[in-house]
Amino acid sequence: MEKTIIAVENLCKTYENEGVKTQAVCGVSFEIKKGEFVSIMGPSGSGKSTLMQILGFLDRPTNGKYFFDGEDTEEFSEEKLAYIRNQKIGFVFQTFNLLPRTTVFENVELPLLYDHGETNKKKAKDKVEKALSSVFMGHRMNYLSSQLSGGEKQRVAIARALVNDPDIIFADEPTGNLDSKSGTQIMKILQELNNNGHTIILVTHETFTAQHAQRILYVKDGQVVADDIVKDRKIAQDGELLK
Amino acid sequence: MKLLNPIKISYKNLTAAKFRSFLTMLGIIIGVGSVILIMAIGQSAQELILDQVKGIGTNLIAVIPGASSDDNSPPPAAMGISITTFTYDDLEALRNPRNVPEIADGAGYVMGSDTASYKGTEKSISFTGTTASYIEVETAEIEKGRFFTKEEETNLSKVAVIGSKLATDFFGNDDPLGKTIKIKDQNFNVIGMFKARGSSSFGTSSQDDSVFVPVRTAQKILLGINYLSFARLKVKSPDLIPSAIANTKTTLRERHHIKDISKDDFSVRDQASALEAVTNITNILRYFLLAIGTVSLIVGGVGIMNVMLIAVNQRVREVGLRKAIGARNSEIITQFLIESATISSLGGIIGIIIGIFLAFIASVVVQALGYYWPLIISVPSIFVAFGVSVLIGILFGIYPARKASRISPMEALRYE
Repeated sequence: MEKTIIAVENLCKTYENEGVKTQAVCGVSFEIKKGEFVSIMGPSGSGKSTLMQILGFLDRPTNGKYFFDGEDTEEFSEEKLAYIRNQKIGFVFQTFNLLPRTTVFENVELPLLYDHGETNKKKAKDKVEKALSSVFMGHRMNYLSSQLSGGEKQRVAIARALVNDPDIIFADEPTGNLDSKSGTQIMKILQELNNNGHTIILVTHETFTAQHAQRILYVKDGQVVADDIVKDRKIAQDGELLK
Repeated sequence: MKLLNPIKISYKNLTAAKFRSFLTMLGIIIGVGSVILIMAIGQSAQELILDQVKGIGTNLIAVIPGASSDDNSPPPAAMGISITTFTYDDLEALRNPRNVPEIADGAGYVMGSDTASYKGTEKSISFTGTTASYIEVETAEIEKGRFFTKEEETNLSKVAVIGSKLATDFFGNDDPLGKTIKIKDQNFNVIGMFKARGSSSFGTSSQDDSVFVPVRTAQKILLGINYLSFARLKVKSPDLIPSAIANTKTTLRERHHIKDISKDDFSVRDQASALEAVTNITNILRYFLLAIGTVSLIVGGVGIMNVMLIAVNQRVREVGLRKAIGARNSEIITQFLIESATISSLGGIIGIIIGIFLAFIASVVVQALGYYWPLIISVPSIFVAFGVSVLIGILFGIYPARKASRISPMEALRYE
């Protein structure tokens, strides 16, 4: 059995806006093991994004426990959080979030600029090339991000998430802004990365996309209402269209 | 974090909005440019005046009627106020070795300006009434003819010695000697012409461009006064200057019956204090202009802060993304500080170039007008101007940079 990388107990997040408290997530408990491909699914406003922000260290819970790789995250300093976001986690966003006026290479290199000098120039080049070739974008290295199609942008974004070889890749509606053909390609890449040992957490509201994972956490009204193993798992293949 | 990356990032952001970047820099450009220009012009002006003061000679002391509150402020005569207490007889007393033994010679002066004419050619001229000793005291040289004598000085002779430039203006290539020019309906016989001297003596109009007549003639016939504008005394050697000044003061106090030295109706200065007075005036001017430059720099800094705040708001997503992939707050602050410092230092460099260029233009123009005006760009002033502009970029970048660093990494997930 693989070891547990994420464990949450009674996780709560309450937002306070002009004195009005809104509970986005409450009383959530589950575990995710290393190497798993998990979808977090739910309609908009269900709290799935809040959950991902907390799991991805973009936000802190107001209550409950979050253990990351066996460590209680409550005591983590800002510095440590930045380190984890840089080294242990990769993010793929719905809107790609590539920097404008910047080449593909420079976009993928970005996380290496914040790794406190761990990577020298030569090593950085190798890492970027490796990440780009694993998403089949090695031939577009010197293109500007604005010259790419949507699918290509998302592949570059995945390469950026991969470049520091993180434990977990968070993908937030990664196919949401793509046509179905490009979407299939992205899902195929994510499944390949999972096959190569990366833990993947996918946030989506589409059942079909969610079914590319091994397991689905259903979130509704701030709570996990179901935690199912996908019986009929979808395997993305080139030429097959994502509904 | 390596510094090269934020510099690259800021370069990209600056070139993406060239016109806006230029406008942002404008305040700094104007501020730094004017500071450089002011420093250069101030120094050149000082050099010009020093050159003129030195031209008179360093072993001269000047006696100027009227008290001045302190030794470095300009005398009342410089403000156009006539003081009538200093006379020809006072000068004669000062020239007497029994009163002031340190003095080799002394010359008295009165000034005026009027129209002079020669055979229908009229010209507005300035004239100087002086003593026969002028030639010795000012070490002036005669090109043709002679200077007037002590006799001509005392018996109101209507003779004139003219400057070389004025001679050409009136007589062309003709020999000026023996010609008669008319000043205030009085005929003056030209008995001599000065050698061209070039730069003007401090406090008097240029010798080349002036008519010199005996002092008593100028007093009685041309001006109708009986006092002197000032006198210059030539001291035998520079180390005797302090005692010469002391004896001069004693003599004049005796003659004017002054018992309380705070009631002196004259002042005695040597070149050192004259230099100091000039330096003081140019310094005041310089500080004033420097203050204007500083205000401009501060305005430029506020402009940078404004634009950086806008940039922070426009780049919330970018900052969010950078934080989401592991940028620390300090790294975001560094990036924005380098960006504002890049803007301001670039503005500083452009300002320095423009300032030097304008100072160069000024020197060309002033030199074309015939003055000694060296182009002096002090290297420290360039470094200071550059340093100040970098500093302003950093100083006014702190607030926007801190604001940027407080952006939440969750902003990267916000979809519009």
